[in-house]
Amino acid sequence: MLDRLREPWTDRRAGLLLGALACSVLAVIVFMLVFIAIKAWPSFAHNGLSWFSSKGVVDQQLDAMVNSGPNPTSADYQLGAWPLIYATLLTTFFATVFGLIFSLLSAIFIVEFAPEPIRRVIVPVVRLLAAVPSVIYGLIGILVLAPFIGNSVISADQKTSVQFVIPLSGTGLGVAIAVLTVMITPIMIAITVDGLHSIPRAWKEGALALGVNRWRAMWTVTVRAARPAIIAGAVLATARALGEAIMISMVAGSKGFAPNPLDGFTFFFEPIRTLAATVVEDAESINAPAMQASLYAMALVLLVGAFFLSLGSWIAKQPLKKYGTRS
Amino acid sequence: MAVPTRPAASTPPLPPLPLPRSPGGRQGKPPKKRRVNESVRTWRLTDRIGYVMMWAAGLLLCAIGIGILVYMAFKGLQYLRPDLLFSSPTADVDQSKSGGFLDPLLGTVLITLIGITIATPIAIAAATWIVEYGRPTWLARLIDSGIEIIAGTPDIVIALFGLVLFQQGIFGWMSFTAAGGAVFGRSFLTAGAMMSLIALPMVFAATREGLQSIPAHVREASYALGKTKAATIRRVLLPSVKANISTGAALGMGRIAGDTAIIVVLLGASLTLDPEGSVPGLNVLKGTGGTLTSYVYNNSPAGEGNAPQKAYAAAFVLLLIVLALNFAVDLIARSGAKTGLETSRLGAR
Repeated sequence: MLDRLREPWTDRRAGLLLGALACSVLAVIVFMLVFIAIKAWPSFAHNGLSWFSSKGVVDQQLDAMVNSGPNPTSADYQLGAWPLIYATLLTTFFATVFGLIFSLLSAIFIVEFAPEPIRRVIVPVVRLLAAVPSVIYGLIGILVLAPFIGNSVISADQKTSVQFVIPLSGTGLGVAIAVLTVMITPIMIAITVDGLHSIPRAWKEGALALGVNRWRAMWTVTVRAARPAIIAGAVLATARALGEAIMISMVAGSKGFAPNPLDGFTFFFEPIRTLAATVVEDAESINAPAMQASLYAMALVLLVGAFFLSLGSWIAKQPLKKYGTRS
Repeated sequence: MAVPTRPAASTPPLPPLPLPRSPGGRQGKPPKKRRVNESVRTWRLTDRIGYVMMWAAGLLLCAIGIGILVYMAFKGLQYLRPDLLFSSPTADVDQSKSGGFLDPLLGTVLITLIGITIATPIAIAAATWIVEYGRPTWLARLIDSGIEIIAGTPDIVIALFGLVLFQQGIFGWMSFTAAGGAVFGRSFLTAGAMMSLIALPMVFAATREGLQSIPAHVREASYALGKTKAATIRRVLLPSVKANISTGAALGMGRIAGDTAIIVVLLGASLTLDPEGSVPGLNVLKGTGGTLTSYVYNNSPAGEGNAPQKAYAAAFVLLLIVLALNFAVDLIARSGAKTGLETSRLGAR
């Protein structure tokens, strides 16, 4: 047996072995989907589509699940996850929009306009921001930004205006969006820079030769041609923002509350909790069957969302292929 | 709208004509810095606004990055004491008695090594198979997008998947098994196995990029010397992408060291390493524990410990580890980098 391993590998055997290892990746994805869907099924079965709606107070429902014991009844499975879904959508949407503007401008700056000394600083900075672990972002958010906002930005009037609905302490939607924007910007910048570099130089030089200024040539020719890359980057960053758990659970106030846009600017100070943050915070009570089914249901929603965003990013990138650029 | 015309008197002198080139083609790339003789003041208002906003965005980005680094260094050096690094943590209300973070530090090293050990062979195999074999094409494309999907899956979902997977009976040897036969599912082995999914896309992307950039004549020369395809991969191709593999591995290690969700769900995020069983070595792997990330999480105001000083010190050590890994990437891949912002380096494909 060992002698057979020692003799030189035939091409066929090497190909089969490598192919089998590569296929294990697909097996992992299939298992992931199947296992999580099986575990999530009871929650969806007992709630139906009202799982996605708002019914009752979500935090009370989750607490009841923890106390429901090993044999929960159908009533224990009741969950209306809309506040959590709404919070996830809000943070993801705002972070992506702000991040898109911020990263597009920064990418143009890096590619075209930054003087050499600044470029030498900004490129390592982008890589630093990409490398910082999310727990450190969360630490800065909760120890620096949240106290600052709670003590200096939120006025006493704003606190009293909503004191019977929700107490404001500084941690909340606004801090979560700000930190999340910084977290997802590096990916978007990298993909946008790649896209801008892949546009043939001659196109922009043609525009310059026709007499437009450098900014307009960049904006109307290169950026427009690189649109697929920019969209792909934004979609990928959306997936990152969707799944961010630790940072959000630290800085967002951790309350299953749906912020009300009618509150005006106070809206951004109201505490929230996203799906991913709920999963990571309630993971310690996962042995209660009702809780377990609910958490896996949330994970399934996140998994399906991330899957479609991956698909969307792939579709968005297709037009770039016709310029003959890689990936 | 009319094109703004400039009075002839203020027209700047034309730049000197470039030297006539030989018809053989251009020599090298055109110089990157072109001195364009135009002033922003002649631009249209919308262009000027865009230009100013772009400068603002660039400088703000620099300020955020440098601000985070300086702040963490300041707070870290303020609270970091050598005895924190060499004493085990204990649960105590009094912060002067609650010990340091030796165990979380060891946990970080251990989990990073386990994760990267599992991820690297699979990633190299997948990349090699896709580039060198890749038949049937639909399967290769499927695996390629499969890895992209894994890269986009939130870590918290991977953690929950690991929990349900490793609570199956056949994985009982990897973690603690209760008297009734229920498998606990949380240990260094299970968390490391799931961590490998975080690192796999990065090693895969780096390896594939390296293999694709090897010119075809290298392979043909090897075949001409009578080597088989398998021998070519083993003796020629893989040695020449060693730098790429190390780059990917270092990036993957940084990603593993910085991940918190999997630690909280799959490692128990306890303060100390709690060995399980009696076999030395294996008992630590089968036991639960914590890492620097979970230590920071638990000691932040959001966690149970609430000791910001210790959280700052541990976060500083964590940041140093991650930055050291990134610095290693720079040292390995200095020659290959064109912009320094290759997407495979930032975990995006």
